[in-house]
Amino acid sequence: MNPAPPAHAHAPSLKTPLTTAQQQQQLAAGRNVSPSPGLRYPSNKKTIYDRNLSRSKNAELSRAAFGYLFVEMIGYAQRRVRGVADLEKRLNAQGYPLGLKLLDLLLTRSPLPSTSPSLRPTRILPLLQFITTTLWKHLFGRPADALERSAANADEYMISDNEPLVNTYISVPREMSQLNCAAYVAGVIEGVCDGAGFATRGVSAHWVGEGGGEGGKGMWPGKTVFLIRFADEVLEREEILGKNG
Amino acid sequence: MSYYFVIIGTKDNPLFEHEFGTYRQGGDGISRFREDTRHMNQFVAHASLDILEEVQWAGGQMYLKTIDRYPPTGSTISAFITAANAKFLLLHQPNNISTTSNPSSLTANRNAPTSTTPAATDEAIKNFFNDVYDSWVKTIMNPFWRVDTPVRSPVFRSRVAASAKKYL
Repeated sequence: MNPAPPAHAHAPSLKTPLTTAQQQQQLAAGRNVSPSPGLRYPSNKKTIYDRNLSRSKNAELSRAAFGYLFVEMIGYAQRRVRGVADLEKRLNAQGYPLGLKLLDLLLTRSPLPSTSPSLRPTRILPLLQFITTTLWKHLFGRPADALERSAANADEYMISDNEPLVNTYISVPREMSQLNCAAYVAGVIEGVCDGAGFATRGVSAHWVGEGGGEGGKGMWPGKTVFLIRFADEVLEREEILGKNG
Repeated sequence: MSYYFVIIGTKDNPLFEHEFGTYRQGGDGISRFREDTRHMNQFVAHASLDILEEVQWAGGQMYLKTIDRYPPTGSTISAFITAANAKFLLLHQPNNISTTSNPSSLTANRNAPTSTTPAATDEAIKNFFNDVYDSWVKTIMNPFWRVDTPVRSPVFRSRVAASAKKYL
């Protein structure tokens, strides 16, 4: 830069300040905005990595906002579907990634912030208890109402919820009476099971309105059961672990 | 010490790789794997996955400690498994060659027995894994992240490098 030929003394003196200013600009841009082209930072310069994982205060969402969003999600899933089963499958697929994420997040938020993350569930029962208590409390503010094992099939477990929050503001039309929009929650459950290494043959939501019929006079007309069917290899492993432990 | 860190997805596919050296005992954070065996690192790390899959069901701990060794290069592999079955593997290899050629090795060696006891190393690796796990959970919280896709975020890489500098 410095050893500029004296004959052209004017040209470099005009040029250099411009280039250094440009360089400074580029440097500043590189430092503050993006270390690599294409990466954009939010306006407050905070990335997802600067947020605290354990901050759960004021993290509750209003029911109105949830209701609105959920209706839009159902509307989106309803486009170009052929039937109720197809629609439930789509709702299930929407919930699945949420389950994968919540599994890691909720285990990281162990009761004591200083301790290392909690234990991974390695057996079926701790996994289901994690779902009915930790997960349910996180999503709906209360634990699930019951957890049962099917008497007929050893691989089937049932979680029941007397009044699913997701169905609170939904009235199902008569011609689609089979539809249960809690299929979304079933998807979340499937995500948790699958993520933890417990493959399922599907998780589904079913109506079991107590004392149903036309009047619907039962105590919990909206009672829903989530049926979890674990894959054969999961039960096989459970048996082996049971023998060793 | 030289380190090779890799995150492996549920389909045994690598999602993130990072190679670095120690910052302890005057280290500069640059890995010094022997050139003739360096290409083996990925293979050696992936070879430990079978052992990991057996160990993971023995208990609910995420940090599985040292699970495998590869004597020809003196490498050791420590593992960590997340709740959603992503695996963190850390291959560590002591580099004898560089410490003997290092002029400050005399002082470093004197300190070595106290600062690198197995228990202390174990604790450091555990802290490193926990720190990376924190960043990892933040990564997967991204609504656009899909399971088993590679992580390309430069911010995540710098976070891992910072954890490495802090603990290893």
